[in-house]
Amino acid sequence: MSDPILSVRKAVKTYGEFRALDAVDLDIREGEFLTLLGPSGSGKTTLLSAIAGFTALSAGEVHARGSNITRLPPEKRDFAMVFQGYALFPTMTVAENVGYPLRVRKYGRSALQARVRDCLDLVQMGQFADRMPHQLSGGQQQRIALARALSFEPDVLLLDEPLSALDKKLRADLQWELKALHERLGVTFIYVTHDQDEALSMSDRIVILKDGAIQQEGAPGALYDWPRTRFVANFLGKSNFISADVVGQGAEGLTVEAAGQRFTLAPRPGLAPQGPVSLALRPERIRLGAPGQEAFTGRVRQISYLGERCQVLVDHDVLGEVLVSQPTWHAGLRPEPQMDVSFGWGAGACVPLLET
Amino acid sequence: MNEKLRYWMLVLPGLAVMVIFYIWPVLNIWGISVTEPAAGLGNYTRMFDSRAVQVSFVLTFRIAAITTVACLILGYVVAYTIANFAGRVRPLMLGLVLLPFWVSVLIRSFAWIVLLGRSGLVNDTLIGAGLIATPIRFMHNELGVLIAMVHVMLPFAVLPMLTNMRGISDSYMKAARGLGASEWRAFREVYFPQTLPGVFSGGLLVFVLSLGFYVTPALLGGGRVMMISEYITYQIQEFLNWGLGAALSVVLLLATALVLLVAARFVNLRKTFLERSS
Repeated sequence: MSDPILSVRKAVKTYGEFRALDAVDLDIREGEFLTLLGPSGSGKTTLLSAIAGFTALSAGEVHARGSNITRLPPEKRDFAMVFQGYALFPTMTVAENVGYPLRVRKYGRSALQARVRDCLDLVQMGQFADRMPHQLSGGQQQRIALARALSFEPDVLLLDEPLSALDKKLRADLQWELKALHERLGVTFIYVTHDQDEALSMSDRIVILKDGAIQQEGAPGALYDWPRTRFVANFLGKSNFISADVVGQGAEGLTVEAAGQRFTLAPRPGLAPQGPVSLALRPERIRLGAPGQEAFTGRVRQISYLGERCQVLVDHDVLGEVLVSQPTWHAGLRPEPQMDVSFGWGAGACVPLLET
Repeated sequence: MNEKLRYWMLVLPGLAVMVIFYIWPVLNIWGISVTEPAAGLGNYTRMFDSRAVQVSFVLTFRIAAITTVACLILGYVVAYTIANFAGRVRPLMLGLVLLPFWVSVLIRSFAWIVLLGRSGLVNDTLIGAGLIATPIRFMHNELGVLIAMVHVMLPFAVLPMLTNMRGISDSYMKAARGLGASEWRAFREVYFPQTLPGVFSGGLLVFVLSLGFYVTPALLGGGRVMMISEYITYQIQEFLNWGLGAALSVVLLLATALVLLVAARFVNLRKTFLERSS
């Protein structure tokens, strides 16, 4: 692996007693789409702001291409940032906004105009060059903000919840566009969001933060399938949690017992070979069936119809409330409230958590 | 009761007060200016020929202009500090800006006399410290009038600018710096242009109020810095020259209206005078 383009070392930021960042270590590879994901107050925006240079760290360092930039002011870092509210300068036209970083960098007149045109074309906003920002819709403003940030060909693009102010459909469209733009330009994207769908759909790698510390990082699929903690399992998608006891160890993994049933888990490094263990079980991995068909028996409490999927809350004597999610179109069983049902899951559906 | 009737019932008392105690007297003054002591435009020709009147008008506009510029520069710094750095002490700082409003202009002007007089606090301190041998003349000249007027007018400059600045998100400055502009450049090119509406509002307010200001110039000027309001008072109280006094009032009113008219091209007047709540 090549040297990281950016690395954050033991970053700490305190506000009085509150630790917004608690010894965060993070390496960012050149060209990757990295997402900082976490609930509000998790430190994700503080981390981005420290990378950008707007927040001075209480301790720790930020390095870019091997040199220490911790004390460098934001304008000397050559990163571009896209803000939540876009922050287009209201007194300048669209073209002046996009050209601003170039003007600061003393581009010649014709080079500047050509570059502005290219950048506006890149985001399909060429015909809006002479408009003022307030004449544009939210999605259009977002595109201009992107064009402005990309105009000076920065190494790293920092995005602070850029889509959060847009409506759901537009957000989905722009997710595709951002992803395509990233692939086309090869610029490193560092993306902050609290929206797990955004994180899953666009990122090469997701870093999940909580209380100023990294909970877990990895590719979207790896994180979704192998959450380390209860928090990750529930923040990225939904999970049922089952308390089980390890009762044996075999070649194909650990045998555990929960609610009177024994089953085998796929092996996971770092897992204690005995004692109690907490299992995460994705709702979509659970099968519903007629009574007796599956291993566990329960009663349907509530149903929530979501169009493509149908979520069913099932009560079980020992496991408690179990959330099941099944595609509406091939539901073998049409559950009704108060119906007695059975449920079960295949091998590998339960993932043992390493911490609770 | 229909809507229209209700509307007029609500508006009528205020309207009546305005007509009886403001519009009618103003019209009377217009009348006096062309009838006293003789019918015709005699007062106006006399006025425009008078060297003293010309001097007073020039003085009035000059003092108003200097006061406005000084208030804008000082007020900008105050408003910027409160809007961007004050944090937890913001209510206190805002309170200090508003505090003078609860003390009469008369008292504030007398306070300046105590401070700036020949043996006032400022001169005594400077002499005591050995910095000067003879007292500086701070009063009964333009300097004294300006010092006191800037003080009295400052809140009128601060408030519109502060309201304007508090509406400017700090992400603009951040964005500019993130895009490569130094702090000073970001302020100059991104922040400052956004504050211009507040600057114009504050400036207009101070200028218009200064044009007709009476108490402070009269007290600090000691009869030697005759701004137009004081000149009018003199004409009427000392010389019982109602005709000329009235004509001067009309011209001052028209001059002020002209200023507003010109300003309306650059400033949203409705915002300046009606929605100045912070």
